Formats: sequence, C-alpha cells, structure tokens
Amino acid sequence: MQRGGAYLSLCVTSCAGVQNAFGGQGAEDANFVRLFAVFMVVCTVMYLIVSAALVIAVWRRRQATRTIEDRKHHETSAATRPALIVWTVLIAVGLVGLTIASFFTDRSNAANGSKPRLSLTVTANQWWWDVEYNSPDASKIVRTANEIHLPVGVPAQVTLKSNDVIHSFWIPNLAGKQDLIPGRVTDAQLLPRKTGLFRGQCAEFCGVQHAQMALDVTVESKADFDRWYAAQLQPGRPPANPLQLAGYRYVTTRECSSCHNISGTPAGGHVAPDLTHFASRRSIAAGALPMNRGNLYGWVADPQSQKPGNHMPTVGLAANDLHAIVAYLEALK
Amino acid sequence: MTPAERAKQPPAKVPRDGPKLTGPKLEEKLAETWSNPPGFIGWLSSVDHKDIGRRYVITALIFLALAGALAIVMRLQLSKPDNDLIGAARYNEIFTMHGTTMMFLFAVPVMQGMQIYLTPLMIGTRSNAFPRLNAFSYWTYLAGGCLLWVAFVLNIAPDIGWFAYPPLSGPQFGVGKRADIWAQMVTFTEIAALAAAVSLTATILKQRAPGMSLARMPIFVWATLVTSLMVIFSMPSVALASSLLLSDRLVGTHFYNPAENGDALLWQHLFWFFGHPEVYIIFLPATGFVSEIVATFSRRTIVMYPIVVMSLVATGILAFGLWVHHMFATGLPRIGYSFYTAASMSVSIPTGLQIFCWIATLWEGRPRLQVPLLYVIGFIFTFVIGGLTGVIIAAVPLDLQLHDTYFIVAHFHYVLIGGAVFPLLGAITYWYPKATGRMMSETLGKVSFWMIFLGFQLAFFPMHIAGINGMPRRVYSYPAGMGLELPNLLSSIGSMVVAVAVLLFVINMVVSLRGGLKAAPNPWGAPSLEWATSCPPPKYNFPHIPVVDSRTPLWDAGEKMSVVHGLRVEERELLLTTVMHAKPDLREPSAEPSIWPFIATLATTVMFVSSIFSPWAVVIGAMPVIIALTAWFWPKSPAPEREPVIS
Repeated sequence: MQRGGAYLSLCVTSCAGVQNAFGGQGAEDANFVRLFAVFMVVCTVMYLIVSAALVIAVWRRRQATRTIEDRKHHETSAATRPALIVWTVLIAVGLVGLTIASFFTDRSNAANGSKPRLSLTVTANQWWWDVEYNSPDASKIVRTANEIHLPVGVPAQVTLKSNDVIHSFWIPNLAGKQDLIPGRVTDAQLLPRKTGLFRGQCAEFCGVQHAQMALDVTVESKADFDRWYAAQLQPGRPPANPLQLAGYRYVTTRECSSCHNISGTPAGGHVAPDLTHFASRRSIAAGALPMNRGNLYGWVADPQSQKPGNHMPTVGLAANDLHAIVAYLEALK
Repeated sequence: MTPAERAKQPPAKVPRDGPKLTGPKLEEKLAETWSNPPGFIGWLSSVDHKDIGRRYVITALIFLALAGALAIVMRLQLSKPDNDLIGAARYNEIFTMHGTTMMFLFAVPVMQGMQIYLTPLMIGTRSNAFPRLNAFSYWTYLAGGCLLWVAFVLNIAPDIGWFAYPPLSGPQFGVGKRADIWAQMVTFTEIAALAAAVSLTATILKQRAPGMSLARMPIFVWATLVTSLMVIFSMPSVALASSLLLSDRLVGTHFYNPAENGDALLWQHLFWFFGHPEVYIIFLPATGFVSEIVATFSRRTIVMYPIVVMSLVATGILAFGLWVHHMFATGLPRIGYSFYTAASMSVSIPTGLQIFCWIATLWEGRPRLQVPLLYVIGFIFTFVIGGLTGVIIAAVPLDLQLHDTYFIVAHFHYVLIGGAVFPLLGAITYWYPKATGRMMSETLGKVSFWMIFLGFQLAFFPMHIAGINGMPRRVYSYPAGMGLELPNLLSSIGSMVVAVAVLLFVINMVVSLRGGLKAAPNPWGAPSLEWATSCPPPKYNFPHIPVVDSRTPLWDAGEKMSVVHGLRVEERELLLTTVMHAKPDLREPSAEPSIWPFIATLATTVMFVSSIFSPWAVVIGAMPVIIALTAWFWPKSPAPEREPVIS
C-alpha cells in the first residue's frame, strides 16, 4: 500500500490530466474522487489488518503448540471465536458503511441531471461520434462531430444512441461512462464545474479502431459557448480563392459528398462526420490525429494507412486535387 | 421384515465371490485389472482419472504458455505510446485469443484437471464415476482448444473479445467465420466442463471411503463439489447464449438483432450469468488448494472447518446474484443497481471469513515456510488487494468511471493470478511428488516464487493508475502525454519478469521429473488420504480401500487405518457409500477402458466444426455421433464364474 501511495502521488503530479478520472472538473467526477477516497481509506485499513495478522501469524510460529507434533492438532484456542466475531462485525460494518456512501453518491449523481438546461444527442458510429445540439427551433440545431462544447455550470442532458455496435461514452474528467446500445436509448448527465479542454474516449470494444475513437471536449464560459454556438449555426464558408474553389468542386461533386455533409453546399451525406466547421476542431478522425496541415494531407490522401479499417476509403487523389481539397477543408472554420 | 431386522441378518453370501487375496498377489492382480490396454490405442482408450487429470493439467499449462506469450506481445506493443509493432486488427485478435484461452482453455480446465486427478485419491476410491465420460471430457476440451488455435495459425481467429458482445459478433459486423469459431470453441469447452463436473459430483457424493461423511471431507473436495455444481448451473446459460449467436449467424435468426426486435443486451445477461460464476469456478478450487496447503504446512487441522465450508457454499450461491455488476454502464434502472452493489459487496464476507480461518490456522500452528506455503502467503497478500478493488468497483458511482479501464484489468489479474494461479503453482509443487514420485527443487522453486510474486506486482499494480489516468481496455495504442507512459512501461517490464519466472517454474517441473529427490509416500507429512498410497499411485490407487474416522485420517489413525474387504479383484469394482454419512452401500462395476469416447469426440468435432459452415452438418453429422455413442454404451453382461475378492 505504501508502494501504492508512491505511485498515486507520482501520477497526480505528472499527469497532463485531459482524460483523467481524478480530474474532478465535473460534478459526477468530483463525487467519484470523494467516494474513491472514502473507499481507499477503508480498504487500506482492512488491508493493513490482514497483512499484519498474516505477518504475525507466520513470525510467531515458534511459540505455537497446537500442532500434530504436540498431538493437539484438533485444538483451537479460546480466543479464536471472539476474534472471528470481531472480524465479521468489522467487515459487515465496513461494507454497510461503504454501501450507504455509494448509495447516496448515486442519488446525488442522479440529481445532477434532474433539471437539464442543455440537451444534445450523441450517436456513436464505428469509429466516430455524431453530435447534435437539440432545440425545438429547427434553425437552432447544431450538428458537429467528434467534439462537444459545454458551457460551465450548465447541466446538460446527453441522449445516447448507436448506429451499429455497442460503444461507451466516457469523459472521465466530467462523469462516469454510459453505453450506447443499438436499439436502445440511454442518457448521461454532465455538469461541468470548471472550464478546460478535455478528452473523452469510447470505452466499449467496438471493432478494429476502438482505440481511435476519441471525443474532444471543451468546457468554456457561457459567453464563449454562445459565440461558438452562433458560429456553428452558420453554413460552411464559401471558397475564397481559386484553389479552395477547386477543392469545393471536388468535395461537393465527387466521392466526399456521398458520405459527408457541409451545410450550405450540395454535400449532404449523413453517414460520416459533418464537415461544416471541420477546421475549427482540435483533431482529425475522432482524435486519431491532431488538426494540422500535415496530418490533414496524410488523412485525405490515405485514410487507410492513418486509421486502418476505418470506413473512409482511400480514393487515390491526384496531387492537384489533394492540394485543393486540403485548402478548402482548412478554410471550413 | 423391517429394515432394522434385515440389518441384523448375516450378510447374504454372494455366489460370485471366490477366494480371498492379499499382499503382493493382490496388488499384481489389481494392477492387471486396472491397467490400460497396450499400445497407442490403449493410450487413447485410457479412462484412468490420473491419466486424464494429468493430460488436462499439462494441456492447460501449454495453453497458459501460449496465451502468456500473447500477453508478452501485447505488453511489447503497449510499452510505449503510439507504438506500431503490431497493427490494430492483429492486436484485437491477440487480446481475444489471450482472454479466451486463459478463461476457457486454461483456468477452468486446469482446475478441473487437478480435481479429476486428486478427488478419487483424496476420498479413497479407485476411479471416478463415469470414467468414459471423463475421457470424453478431455478429448472434447482438446478438440475445442485445437479449433481455436488452428484458426489463429490460419489467420481466422476471433477478434471480438473473449465476451463476444453482439452486434459486433453478429452476422452484420462480425464478418467471416471468426465469431463462429469462437462460439463453437465455447460449445466444445462447455461440454467438456459439464461432463467433468457431472463425473466429479457423482464421484464425491457416492464414492467416498466408508466413514468419510460430508463433515469429514477434505476442504478441497468440498470446493470441488461446490464448483462442479456451479458448472452444472452456469454452463447451460453460455451454451444457450452461444447457440443463439450461432443460429443468428448461420440461419438468420434475430435473437440479438435490435432491428428485428431482438435485443443486444440479452447476450450480456446470459453471458454474465455464466461469466460471473465462472470467476468463482476458477477461484474456489484455488481456495481448496490453499486450505490443504495451510493445514499441512501449519501442522494442524484448519481452524473452524465448518466456517470454511459454509463460506465456500455461500460464495457458490452468491456468485449467481452478481452478474449485473458487469453491466452497470448499460442503462438499467438505477435502483436495481443498488441491489447489485449490495450483493457484490456481500460476497466479500464469506471470502473474508475464509481468510480469517487460514491466518488463524497459521497462527495456531507452526508454519513451515516451504514453497507451497510461500505461494499461499503470496496469494493472501495479492488476492486481498484484488478483493478490495472488487469492493471499490462494486459501487456504481466508482464503477462507472473504472469499468472497462485498465483498473479493471489490474483488478481481475490480482484476483485471477493472485487468487488462482499463485495457489495453483503452490498446489503443483505440493502434489508434484504424488503424481511423479519426485520432489521439485526447493531452491529453484523459491527463486521462481519471488520473481513471480514481485514481477506480478510490478506488472499489474501500475495498471490501476493507467486506468484512473483514462486508459480504456482493449486499445492497441494510446497517445503520449496523458500520464500513461510510465505505468505502461513498468507493466511491460514486470510482465517480462513474470514470463521468465514461469519459465523457471516449468524448467523446475521438467528437470525434477528425472533429477528430483525420490518422494516417500507422504513427503510433506500431510493428513489426507491421497498420501496413504505410494508416489506415484498404482493404477488402482489403493490396494485396500481405507476406512476413515476423522478429518485428518493420516494424522489420527496413521498406519493403523482400517480397510475395506471383499471387493472383486479381477473386475473393476468400486465401493459406493451413502451421500451424507458415507456408509457402505453398494458394489458397483466401473467401466473398462474404451476407444469409443475418443471416437465419439472425433465424430462430435466433425459435426461441430462443419456446422460452422452449414446447418445441414448438424443433421448429417449427428449420425456418426449416434453410432459412436451406441458402441460406447453397448452393455456387457457380467462373467458367471467365481472370482477372487480382497481379503
């Protein structure tokens, strides 16, 4: 356990912490950190008791007399029975205490989501996240992919669906995980308490690229969130120069548009991530690559070598087309 | 005539009983009666529980080595971030093979192998019940294991995880035959496990030496009884689950297809209703090993035997009420979760009581720190950590963060390696002289123990940290800068240490086979019946079936133990006793060696493997199976002549 303590402190000081259950930036995760500490104290005490008893039992062996060599191997000292009763009571009290603590934490987590002020739907796909901010007003619906933005202090209700296999929605800094199951609708409640950039990741094995199915999470002030939201409501930026125009033509008339959507353009596919504000995101291909020009070239030219087995085909682009597409995509802020 | 009056009558003279034999002449005749037919066919025909148990254990250890090698490959891949040693697809196959092999082809079979070898010896009988079924069990297990590993070599191994959740394993997403091979491998191993469990249950209930009432059974035999009953209750659930999956894939049913009103979660309920008891099917035999080793090396009986036995039984029952804690993230009703939290926590009470009894036994006794006991002490230090992290993840608010992360990987390796493999290695060292007639090297044993114990902590403790730092399970790589580099590197180094140590253990086993010290019949001074015969035991186990009047017969009666007279010598005959009190009940013939269980397995294998490709294989393939079973069960009438009996 001492070794464990050393590891723990080592970790806490060296972790970057964008995807860390000890982050505590969400209400539910803060509950996790508190409850985990309670459990650790009780478990450490129990472990020390067992270890001490074991060490003493082995170490004191020279004094013992109740063995076959003494023909007393069926005898047991009178202290054993009371010791057993004390031990049983100790375990029972510890477990009941922990169960009650767990129960009340669970109630508190349930209460976090009782009055949501923001509603979004996250639909999992092999191996990316489709994100939609719900609104009764159809013109206020925002659709994005592989990222969510949340205003700090605002309880959000996340409806979870899956289009193919079972996935799991997990942003450890904010809350525990929740599976997305085809044929069912589940939900998660997020109540971010601190701003910051975090990372979520699929936590249920979902096929070949399960490891590359991440989600960029931005918790920001209400004002920043509203600015972002307003920008996301805009259609995709029109091409501003001949190179971008060539890219625009390719994307909207060739392979890309059959799967991808870019609002305000003829590209209207809905089986792959929405690209309307693609360049405003932090990463490419569900967290597989950081967003930069080099990675974008690599990804568009040959997605199968970057994230083997994903559902975006390598189409074999001519160099001119590749330059044009990257230039256009980079402009989709 | 009332039963009481009948009991007073002199025993009726059995007309077939002939002259009475004893001494070397008796042993010679018994050896002839109980030996295998000669040659390779004879080897394939063996129904000797010692042959079958040994084959089970050795085969399972080979699978352990194979799955362990895969673990090393995974650890190499994960030793640094964004590694590209092996690709995503290969990694997914490897972790599926590792988990499937460890759970279905190593952990359960190795425990059943030890049980098959030891149980008849520990309860003082010549053979187990249904010996041909037992032989069939081994061959079926071997066929299932070969199916999986041949598929791996042919690059069509399953890549869907050892849990094979649909729809990923279903017809739409699990393309090719990978998932079918997994599901059919499960069919093989569950038939094998069920067959062995039925045989063990009947052996324990009906073949105990006279006087060995339930309250005098060795604790390992109790553990065997409880786990065998658990196998019988839990395996049908996974049999059903995998059959439904196969029929979804093969004939287009929609049990798990949500688009056609099927339910993906149905699989998880059926699978974990088996999967959770499975953990205890692996762990409880290990507690049996621990109880035997603790008693022998403390030089006294286990403290509070009834508590240990009741804890075993209670764990076996509670194990069936916990499966939902594998499904806390699936969105079932929250109040239901609280019930399963409480149930999951409560299972630590019987385990806590057992640990108390073991430590109290060491406390009261005079522990001898030899290798088997070192493994037991290592077991307690390690397993308790796994038990306590189990309490942590029983709580829903904690589990929702830790579920499906490396914290869980750490937890169940502490429970399964610390809780089952450590005792197993101790048990192999302990019973090695019984099976081979030689002792394993104590020095080499101590070196490998300390390397395994410390290497294990180095390999698995950092995984708790990796999990909390956000590392999900079943990922082939992880990004740099999330605090995952150090824990993963330490884990990888630790896994190499464990691999070397296990290699040393195996070298010790192999070298000691010829070079070990010759073992006396009871080299450790143990109290139970398996040590009342030579090392290794003769084919017939005991020349005379012992009569028992305490829990520790070799300590209490020793050389003066009473024995049973009157069993036949020239035919395989067993003494059956009553279930509760083990009073002599019946003389029962025991099956002769037969090639038919092997042939029945071949026929079954052809049927199962070809049913991966066509449903018609079930219809056509059933015919050879029926023929083989008919030949297997063909009745034999007893010989009319008078025969010698044991004096």
